[in-house]
Amino acid sequence: MIQLEGVTKHYPRSNRPSVEDINVFIDKGEFVFFIGPTGAGKSTIIKLLLREEVPDKGKIAVGDIDVTKLRRWKVPAYRRSIGCVFQDFRLLPNRTAAENVAFALEVIGKPRSVARRVVPEVLELVGLGGKEHRYPHELSGGEQQRVAVARAFVNRPLLLLADEPTGNLDPDTSIEIMRLLDRISRTGTTIVMVTHDSNIVNQMRRRVIEVENGQIVRDQSRGVYG
Amino acid sequence: MRAKYVMSEVFLGLWRNISMTIAMIITMAVSLTMLGSALLLYNQVDVIEEYYQTSLEVVIYLDPEIDEETTAQIESELNQSELVARTEFESKDDAWDRFQDTFKDSPDLVKTVNADQLPAAFRVKMEDIDKAPELIAQFQERDGVYQATNQKQILQQVFDILGGAQKLTLVVALVQGVAALMLIANTIQVAAYSRRREVAIMKLVGAPNWFVQAPFVLEAVFAGIIGALFAFGTLVAAKFLVIDGQFENLFSLMPKIEMSAVLMLLPILAGISAVISAVTAWITLRFNIKV
Ligand SMILES: Nc1ncnc2c1ncn2[C@@H]1O[C@H](COP(=O)(O)OP(=O)(O)OP(=O)(O)O)[C@@H](O)[C@H]1O
Ligand SMILES: [Mg+2]
Repeated sequence: MIQLEGVTKHYPRSNRPSVEDINVFIDKGEFVFFIGPTGAGKSTIIKLLLREEVPDKGKIAVGDIDVTKLRRWKVPAYRRSIGCVFQDFRLLPNRTAAENVAFALEVIGKPRSVARRVVPEVLELVGLGGKEHRYPHELSGGEQQRVAVARAFVNRPLLLLADEPTGNLDPDTSIEIMRLLDRISRTGTTIVMVTHDSNIVNQMRRRVIEVENGQIVRDQSRGVYG
Repeated sequence: MRAKYVMSEVFLGLWRNISMTIAMIITMAVSLTMLGSALLLYNQVDVIEEYYQTSLEVVIYLDPEIDEETTAQIESELNQSELVARTEFESKDDAWDRFQDTFKDSPDLVKTVNADQLPAAFRVKMEDIDKAPELIAQFQERDGVYQATNQKQILQQVFDILGGAQKLTLVVALVQGVAALMLIANTIQVAAYSRRREVAIMKLVGAPNWFVQAPFVLEAVFAGIIGALFAFGTLVAAKFLVIDGQFENLFSLMPKIEMSAVLMLLPILAGISAVISAVTAWITLRFNIKV
């Protein structure tokens, strides 16, 4: 599903590469944690997978798409096959939960009838049934992150990227979000999640890839935070 | 559906930044009014030229003391010249008649002139009025010729004035145009900033680039077209109030600026304005929204 071969990324205004010669293969349906100290290069890997950044060296393939060779105008279509959640939720404050999810469908040209059918379904799936018409400021942090997950998943992407999705949440709420991601993982969706939360990693016992100074120092299936 | 979203974003954007929108429309309107005037003047020069082309002639005034032999000589020389299409002799009496006719509305003026004072003349129709200087050079210094004049030259002064006015309006149009473009660029930057959340999400979920850019480009195009409408309104008003109204007499010697010429300006100005606004917005976006 995901293949990184000798990937190096050196930001122009940084004195060392943020990601250096990384080789990873992630199978379809896997659930992978990326852990490591701050500044290790985890978010950079997410950005490379999203094609927000391009590597200086190496090759990135997602599905059967060679992301490194992807033409600029094909990037939007590529991103439609990926869902993404972040620490800061990134919801539109002037739209309700349902409208936030519908927005993602609307702007990629899905007819309104599809949104009417799919949005309640996915909100139900993330456990927000009954709260569709609340605005983000009327929802708790955990609920807002559920909206973000619903938006990321509404197109049924094959790959879900999550950059510290529980970073702003208390431990109990974090566990709920992890249950949700676990459910999504069981549908066959590949999940790549960056986290600092040792409890979560230790409880889930999934593959753990540890990054330090832009390099992979550990890659362990059913691993722990360490 | 998507169209509705884009349109609501366009109007929201223009409204959110209303003072900038108004400034943008005003500068745009001034620039386009000037451009429109320049185009009208350009067109008017053609109209005037065509209007007079057939009636323009070289007039060779004869010495009052000229004898009949010299007169006949000049006439035959003129008729032999290949520059000349036709000559017509105007005797002193003819000149007097013509003078009285031309100034029949100003009897006081007519009274001050004596029939004797007007010279006889050859009115020469040229094959090509632009070759008039050649003919004039040939006859200017000839015995019996008092003066050779080219009507085209008189008209040339009118053209020079129109040309000067045209240059002036073009310069103002250009300066205002640059100001308008800078305002558009600024408006787009502000709009991109206030919509940064939406834009970030749209790009994240894979909205096509044209769709991300559409509200911004249309915002500029909309302002551009409103500016063009105002400019058009100003020009129509100017046509009725200034040219047909206040200065009617001034324009009585030449053909009027036609309403059809003014009407033609609407699609031209709107088109130019829309395209330039769109391109400016699009270029601004390339620097403000990274794909
Ligand atoms: N746009 C950029 N320009 C220059 N340097 C950058 C840029 N983005 C990240 N970096 C640098 O790259 C390195 C890796 O950053 P990255 O955001 O990937 O770290 P991270 O592992 O996600 O850290 P954290 O756990 O704190 O989120 C850091 O040293 C950072 O300063
Ligand atoms: Mg990070």
